[in-house]
Amino acid sequence: MIGILWLGLGLAAAQNGFVIKGDQVHTVSGPVIDNGVVVVVDGRIQSVGSVQDIQWPEDWPVYHGSVVVPGLIDAMGTAGLTGANNQGFDQDHRDGESDLQPALRALDAYNPHDSLVEWVRGYGVTTLHVGPSPGSPVGGRTLLTHTLGGSVDEVAIIEDGFVVFSLGEPAKRSRSRSGPRSRMGSAAIVRQMLYEAKQYQSRRRLPLADRPPLDLGLQALVELLEGKRRAVFHAHRADDLLTALRIADEFGLNIVLAGATEGYLVRDRIAQADVSVIVGPIMAHSRFAGERRNATFENAALLSEVGVPLAFMSGYQGYVPKVRVVLWEAAIAAANGLGPHTTLEALTLGAARILGVDDTLGSLDPGKVADVVIYDGDPFQYTSHACLVVIAGVVVSDTCR
Amino acid sequence: MKIAEGGFVTVLTFLYLVNAMAWADPIALVGARVIPVGEPPIESGVLIVEGGQVASVGSDRAVVTAEMTVIDVSGKVIIPGLVDTHSHIAASNDLNDSGGPMLPGLSAVDAIDATDPSIQIAQAGGITTVNIMPGSGNLMGGQTAYVKLRDVSTVDEMLICSDRWEDVCGGMKMANGTNPQGGGGYPGTRMMTALRQRQIFIRGEDREKAFPSQTPPPRRWWQRASQPSSPPKPNLESDPLVEILRGQRIVHFHTHRADDIVTAMRLAEEFEFELVLHHVSEAWKVADEIAASGVSCSLIVIDSPGGKEEALEISMRNGVLLEELDVPVAFHTDDPILDSRLFLRSGGLAIRAGMSQEGALEALTIRGAEMLGLQDQIGSLEVGKDADFVVLSGDPFDVYTKVEQTWVDGVPVFDRADPDDRQWAVGGDEVGERYPEVVQ
Repeated sequence: MIGILWLGLGLAAAQNGFVIKGDQVHTVSGPVIDNGVVVVVDGRIQSVGSVQDIQWPEDWPVYHGSVVVPGLIDAMGTAGLTGANNQGFDQDHRDGESDLQPALRALDAYNPHDSLVEWVRGYGVTTLHVGPSPGSPVGGRTLLTHTLGGSVDEVAIIEDGFVVFSLGEPAKRSRSRSGPRSRMGSAAIVRQMLYEAKQYQSRRRLPLADRPPLDLGLQALVELLEGKRRAVFHAHRADDLLTALRIADEFGLNIVLAGATEGYLVRDRIAQADVSVIVGPIMAHSRFAGERRNATFENAALLSEVGVPLAFMSGYQGYVPKVRVVLWEAAIAAANGLGPHTTLEALTLGAARILGVDDTLGSLDPGKVADVVIYDGDPFQYTSHACLVVIAGVVVSDTCR
Repeated sequence: MKIAEGGFVTVLTFLYLVNAMAWADPIALVGARVIPVGEPPIESGVLIVEGGQVASVGSDRAVVTAEMTVIDVSGKVIIPGLVDTHSHIAASNDLNDSGGPMLPGLSAVDAIDATDPSIQIAQAGGITTVNIMPGSGNLMGGQTAYVKLRDVSTVDEMLICSDRWEDVCGGMKMANGTNPQGGGGYPGTRMMTALRQRQIFIRGEDREKAFPSQTPPPRRWWQRASQPSSPPKPNLESDPLVEILRGQRIVHFHTHRADDIVTAMRLAEEFEFELVLHHVSEAWKVADEIAASGVSCSLIVIDSPGGKEEALEISMRNGVLLEELDVPVAFHTDDPILDSRLFLRSGGLAIRAGMSQEGALEALTIRGAEMLGLQDQIGSLEVGKDADFVVLSGDPFDVYTKVEQTWVDGVPVFDRADPDDRQWAVGGDEVGERYPEVVQ
């Protein structure tokens, strides 16, 4: 089936462009266009508008559907790092060696061919932000990628992104003998490492003979301290979220909160700190996870009410099902106070802003990368289908799913 | 609808739906779109509840009399209470006993905490009847319990049967595939799994010889002394096997892979027991065989395949494929695998994959009731059946629809208009204690 799809796409490429028509085109950056058209040329959006106002060559293929939206962005997950088998050979989300490993890169472990990547793509997820799962207090660096197969260097959008930090329960469960066993301990080793990075930063400015050797991990943290790189803090409990804000404040870090189950309890503090939240999945065995027991379906709505910028994530899943479809996680928020329009924005342009790629992704605007999905109804209805998925101008799925 | 006060649980007076003083049997719910299941939907229906049962369901308002408590539910949708054929609520800390792979004598009744918040949460999802099961870590994990989600304090009051020692109050949990395999007395291969399961049924057949009549083995052993003609001494391990072989106890069989599904059906054929297949991830591979065998399927509808080897090839299309072959299909939450509050989602996703709306709603109600042998009592809104129903704000499969009320035995057990209940619907287990406090 995939082979056939790629063949079809080869044809589209040969013709240089194609057209996507929708009863409703949600550009997300602007108003909804009734009877709208998106013209795609060479992987980019060439023009967007009402069907009366847009011209295209007669022989270009036209895909038509009900609701046209930008490709969905899963703003923090592990699909591709954690394969569907859930056996040692396909699980690369957490390295056991150390609690502090900012040198690790998701790029070196991401498998674009894992069936979970194809699975979420079929429902309209065109971009994945993947990184180490919650666990090690300093876990490694993220990869932002299109959900295409191929080699990772071809599909990566940002090869080396955020540094992933963890606080709370997973960070307490250190795999090393001397590692932290408490929230105090995990916060302390995070601080200690950031402080070491500061020292490393100044010693790297010494004359060549006195400089310390290059440390790939500390170098990444120096970039964090210098504002050239950002951090994701996985945390759920309100006090852990505040610890993340506190550490960010102490070291001048530019952070995003991920998971944030109890974000609603400290929403004003998050808003004051001008920090964005990537809302974690709620259908995630929450009763087995003590720190998520106060989860609410209204978390996203309550955060949004005080102006906190939002995105959604699939997170890490340790058992069945092995990946959450971020569309359905967002649907819960949409139905519980956030509403479909704000939810769609958080899944697309909002996520792109948080991830720093809103110049190229996240909305249907001329010049942007052509990541487009057609649904046959409200995307958040469980009974709607993703009938066309286009990534960078490539039709990757044309079966209604 | 329950509050904990000084460690003691009490049932709250129903405050929000009707004036407590005015509320009295019979009750007429008027104006909703009633989907009785099995009969066509009734626009602007009249549902009369009396003595915990459905007294009438129809469209004629003339049946409403002066002595009735009338509740206007115009604009709402009423469906039968949801039946969850496979869940671990109220018992999730007591799933798999390590006493060995064959534990027919264990009963989920002894693990259910009737005051567990997961019951309130399931009520908030519109679930009224649950098959609470032991886990799948054993070849025969123990007896399951068919319970109603009543607001009560003890498991005995939740049971659908009237007496746990005289009646058969649930099914039997069995499992094959990878979950019950492993070291330490557990089978290492599927071959050994099937052998052990055959052996346990042979043990049941031996035991059955002690009871030539159809009379179920008596289990009130503490009363035996007073019985004039004592039947054979009860055997708590073997007697449930006799109930299985005599068709009094249904086997609920956890199974994923196609060959495991076929093995379970083979066992049922060899020993002639009533079988419900559970999860049935690879049903699509052996759908014709399932149809030919006449067994029922309780499906799980999860977000994605994988997480373990035997769930790699689960298909969203299992529901529609089995429906097309007239195989009885129900759904389950397997809570905590799926959240009981989102049980209707399983139907929605099955419809997305091609199942009919009617089939999906039946799968959440009457088909589940049949798989528990309770179809004469629950699962649809028919005169004489239990008044278990859900008042929805809209179409059952619309993502924006809210469960507004859940009624069990003619008593409202969940009301979203009650702030306490609302917290169960939107929040987590202990959210009631903390939500919506905001740190300033």
